[in-house]
Amino acid sequence: MPDITDLLFYGFAGLALLFGFLCVANPISRSPVTSAMFLVLTIVSLAGLFILLHAFFLAAIQVLVYAGAVMVLFLFVIMLLELKEEERRKFRKFTVGAGVIAVAVIAGLLLQAVFKAVPFGTGPTVLAEGLTQPLGRILFTQYLLPFELLSLLLLVAMVGAILLTKKELK
Amino acid sequence: MHASLNHYLVVSVLLFSLGLFGVLARRNLLIIYMGLELMLNAANLALVAFSRYNANLNGQVMVFFTITVAAAEVSVGLALIVALYRKRQTAHVEDLTSLKL
Repeated sequence: MPDITDLLFYGFAGLALLFGFLCVANPISRSPVTSAMFLVLTIVSLAGLFILLHAFFLAAIQVLVYAGAVMVLFLFVIMLLELKEEERRKFRKFTVGAGVIAVAVIAGLLLQAVFKAVPFGTGPTVLAEGLTQPLGRILFTQYLLPFELLSLLLLVAMVGAILLTKKELK
Repeated sequence: MHASLNHYLVVSVLLFSLGLFGVLARRNLLIIYMGLELMLNAANLALVAFSRYNANLNGQVMVFFTITVAAAEVSVGLALIVALYRKRQTAHVEDLTSLKL
């Protein structure tokens, strides 16, 4: 008898894979806006999987930063660029075929690695405390230096983005 | 069948493959970028699953850092695409062949 978390796992995993497929290879629409919307849905499904893994803080971050900030940035750029003529171009058979072969090989290798690996870990009954408090504690003690460097990285990215999108580059 | 670590890893592998397919087969720079985001998310899922099944928080801290770095990367990458579009009026990789001999 499967319990509710297993059903939720299959639901969210199926939704994430379905929306991910529709994001990169939508058979109906070739428009970047449709892809962006399906990417938002994929990200939200992944946040559901994070909740099933008891990573509540990361689920919130996933929705706020990815589905909120990053995807809005994507949509702004899509609207800015007016990519209408791109929709008409056909897929090239050669690139699609080569893509399918390369992806199948890499997916096969990774799946083999997953199934051949010696099972390790303590199993789902022992919980890593994925709640916010222990995560915050470890972030501000053991990982304090990378955390501060990250703020510097964000500053550099902001300055770089502003500089790159200025009208004339000197 | 209970959802085990392997289940999460298989979902992660499949999602990574979808992202890789998007990067290889699509010709629109923005959609290639979305494929990259999909691959990053698949790696995040694997890290969170490892973190949970080993009772260890380091994986979650790694995902926190990955999400932040991805946000920085997206802002710079999209700025590059906008700058490129200003110069060439295209965001299609087959039109960007000036390095070709």
